[in-house]
Amino acid sequence: MAVSMDQSLTAPSLVKRLADSGLIGVFAIVLAGAMGYLLMPNNLALLTQIVAVALLVLSIDLVTGYCGVATLGHAALFGAGAYGAGIAAVHFGITDPVAMTAVGLLAGALAGLVSGLVILRAHGLAQLVLSIAVIHLFHEAANKASGWTGGSDGLSAIMPNAFFGLFEFDLWGRTAYVYGVVLLGLVFILLQILVRSPFGMLARGVRQDQIRIAAMGASSHAVLLRMYVISGAVAGIGGALSAISTQVVGLDSLSFTLSAEALVMLVLGGTGSLYGAMIGTVVFMLFEDTLSAANPFHWLTVVGALLIAVVLFAPKGLYGTAVALADRFRRRPA
Amino acid sequence: MTPVFEVQNLNKKFGGLVVTNDVSLSMAPGDRLALIGPNGAGKTTFINLVTGNLAPDAGHVQLSGEDVTRMRPAQRVRRGLVRSFQVTRLFHDMTPEEHLALAILQREGRSGQMFGHYSGRVRVMDETAALLDQLGLFDLRHLKVREIAYGQQRLLEIAMAMALKPKVLLLDEPAAGVPQSETALVEAALDSLPSDLAILMIDHDMDLVFRFAKRVVVLAAGTVIFDGLPEDVTKDSRVREAYLGSYADAGSTA
Ligand SMILES: Nc1ncnc2c1ncn2[C@@H]1O[C@H](COP(=O)(O)OP(=O)(O)OP(=O)(O)O)[C@@H](O)[C@H]1O
Ligand SMILES: [Mg+2]
Repeated sequence: MAVSMDQSLTAPSLVKRLADSGLIGVFAIVLAGAMGYLLMPNNLALLTQIVAVALLVLSIDLVTGYCGVATLGHAALFGAGAYGAGIAAVHFGITDPVAMTAVGLLAGALAGLVSGLVILRAHGLAQLVLSIAVIHLFHEAANKASGWTGGSDGLSAIMPNAFFGLFEFDLWGRTAYVYGVVLLGLVFILLQILVRSPFGMLARGVRQDQIRIAAMGASSHAVLLRMYVISGAVAGIGGALSAISTQVVGLDSLSFTLSAEALVMLVLGGTGSLYGAMIGTVVFMLFEDTLSAANPFHWLTVVGALLIAVVLFAPKGLYGTAVALADRFRRRPA
Repeated sequence: MTPVFEVQNLNKKFGGLVVTNDVSLSMAPGDRLALIGPNGAGKTTFINLVTGNLAPDAGHVQLSGEDVTRMRPAQRVRRGLVRSFQVTRLFHDMTPEEHLALAILQREGRSGQMFGHYSGRVRVMDETAALLDQLGLFDLRHLKVREIAYGQQRLLEIAMAMALKPKVLLLDEPAAGVPQSETALVEAALDSLPSDLAILMIDHDMDLVFRFAKRVVVLAAGTVIFDGLPEDVTKDSRVREAYLGSYADAGSTA
């Protein structure tokens, strides 16, 4: 038999255990965050936006990567969080950034519940179509309710208070950036706990075989709906962060384009792992920023070519492929 | 004894093909029943119908006196009706240990917990290890299911059903695909199950059937043609005819 019962094969490696516990991830987030701060001090607004979108991509990963739900409408959850935080600030005077984030979280979770109830009624292609319908409906609703949302002009004049009355949201976006990195780190830890939990295992099972899940006595639909709500909360935090840092919310935060781009980022990084989601976002958005500045006309072509290359040659995404290669290296007899 | 599992006048057609023809069957706690019949007789379909994986055209299914005909499969499982699959259905990216831990947590109503790793739960780990050991899977517990042999996947399929501690257990050809050297493991596992559990097993291996069953039901072309003691089944003329007939012109069903 080819399978040897060598310890290194059957027991998870130290690196894998550290990765599972999320320590590596938190360390990477803090390190990348600090590097960004030092290397791109004039571009903190971009970096903060990357953090916000990373939360959206993580949120898609929860339903797509872990549970196997195909969606092109996930920006609905992000946009709900952004508008929730913005409307709370502009119309209700809730300008404390933490409170705004909490409103975004709740709005996102609610949007997750609503779109989950709609999208989960169907499967496969029909599911994808429903998700597109959902994002268009959310977009239209925000457009029509211009009294609340500012319509196509966007919701502006969002003025978050200083943090704990101490840290102003400065012109350079330092406060917002640090806040974003801290939020991402916290969300990452909680999600790492979630995906390792029994519920996380159940979710992976739902992706792989719903008939087996039912044969165990569990309800796929209940798992998926709960995950959609959690996913909405995460995307909502991302939306709120975006509203706090840019101080405007536009209809683009609730668009099909953002939904599709975020899905592309996830595929680029690799589905079904929190690391893949974050790596995909950072690579895609830095790439986009650099290329669109260098060549505003053809950067989309390059992004398209990059994506085709990834899908063809590294279908597990950047992170997934790296892990697979490392695994193969480790297993090769010395 | 009052039946724990009762099927009344179950019917199912696929297009024009009658696959389940007015099937009635009941089982008492502790029953050891073998459901046999030629290929295509409708044995797997019968299981799919009673577990809710397929909807019957007519008929009723009762579990401990409760009508479960309209319930979803998962609801029936929670009431103690558990099956295994003829063609293994497992999570290819998960390990045998994860499978069994998840099944045990699910049985205990704790599979929805959002924190902690199963390996931190001592009782779950002990029970998982015992099941793995019983089916000879302990050394493979950390490998992904897609990395283990099909025969071992078959054993895990059985362990999954056992982990749910059913009241009624329906096994669809549990030993098919298990290497000869390991069928003893399957039989020993079946022997170890609680004596008040009602078990229905489909199998084509007559030696296994005769060792296991205290009662045999024969299905041919969707119809129950025999329900009785194992020692009487080979003497029955309709049974002989069904098996001979199916070998003579395999595939043609009424
Ligand atoms: N979903 C389906 N749609 C149409 N026909 C089906 C379907 N499932 C099964 N059949 C047909 O119903 C008949 C009974 O199939 P079933 O799988 O129940 O037989 P079986 O007794 O389990 O056979 P085997 O011993 O080969 O497992 C077969 O003729 C099969 O082709
Ligand atoms: Mg069958």
